[in-house]
Amino acid sequence: MSIFSLFRKQRSAPAARERLQVLLAHERASAGTDLVAVLREEILAVIARHVQVDSDRVTVKLDRDENVSILEIDVEIPLTAALAA
Amino acid sequence: MGKVIVVTSGKGGVGKTTSTAALGAALASKGERVVVVDFDVGLRNLDLVMGAERRVVYDLINVIQGEAKLSQALIRDKRLETLFLLPASQTRDKDNLTPEGVERVISELRRVFDWVICDSPAGIESGATLAMRHADVAVVVTNPEVSSVRDSDRIIGLLDSKTVKAENGERMEKHLLLTRYDPNRAERGDMLKVDDVLEILSIPLIGIIPESMDVLRASNIGAPVTLADASSAPAQAYFDAARRLCGEPVPITVPGEKRSFLGKIFGRKAA
Repeated sequence: MSIFSLFRKQRSAPAARERLQVLLAHERASAGTDLVAVLREEILAVIARHVQVDSDRVTVKLDRDENVSILEIDVEIPLTAALAA
Repeated sequence: MGKVIVVTSGKGGVGKTTSTAALGAALASKGERVVVVDFDVGLRNLDLVMGAERRVVYDLINVIQGEAKLSQALIRDKRLETLFLLPASQTRDKDNLTPEGVERVISELRRVFDWVICDSPAGIESGATLAMRHADVAVVVTNPEVSSVRDSDRIIGLLDSKTVKAENGERMEKHLLLTRYDPNRAERGDMLKVDDVLEILSIPLIGIIPESMDVLRASNIGAPVTLADASSAPAQAYFDAARRLCGEPVPITVPGEKRSFLGKIFGRKAA
């Protein structure tokens, strides 16, 4: 951190520009159909066929990067549910 | 046959109505026959900005439903005799805006006027898609701010898919009107610059309207800013944009970039 940055706040426009570029690249690519939403629904449906999934025990995370999206689905499968299946 | 322009943005509050009124008045002051049409059914405001709110008898919905003739619903501006307003309905539901009705009204207006300027409601619902449906040219009003740019991008997508031109495989002419631009903030790096927005949206620029008190002052008195104070900075920017709409090659000046060194030191306003 230089001495000048104490007097000057970080410029915010470059951040706005970068965030928009990443976001719009994704929105344009998935115009109309949201692939990630479809994948999320179908993956959860497959799991639900085999075990009773408690919707409170499912975490879905999405990270949209410049070139790729990462869809992360964490499903807690209780031991009892696994035995029942 | 007149040209149909849609003034649209997706996001609300970015200056669609202000820009519709200002561009309409600028074109009419050149002697062009202009009608500004309010598509914001239920939340009309173009009448207020034009200063005609007390003269509204019939509206667009009345014409579409056959309860009034177009000539009865059109309100002639008191300052410019070639400028007309077709107000939106304040009481009726927007479902009364039918595709067939809109098509009929627009084609009738196109026969009579040189310019038909449609003020789109915010959003991407039927009101907005009907306002853009028959347009030849779109003016996409955008603020240098992330949510406005994102919504403009969405609207550009709709212009390229949901309009008659797009459906016929023709290219929709789209122009970016950057409003509420503050050169001081942009220079400090706290506002998206003109080039940033242009690069992201990649449609040609028709004008840059600087942030100004004159816009609020004009709407306070019920006059398009191009009539309220024709010499003000935003009015000049709208006049230039109107000339570019007519195809005149007017060079674009970015506000703030022509200021002198001393002007930069002494002329800086607190933003």
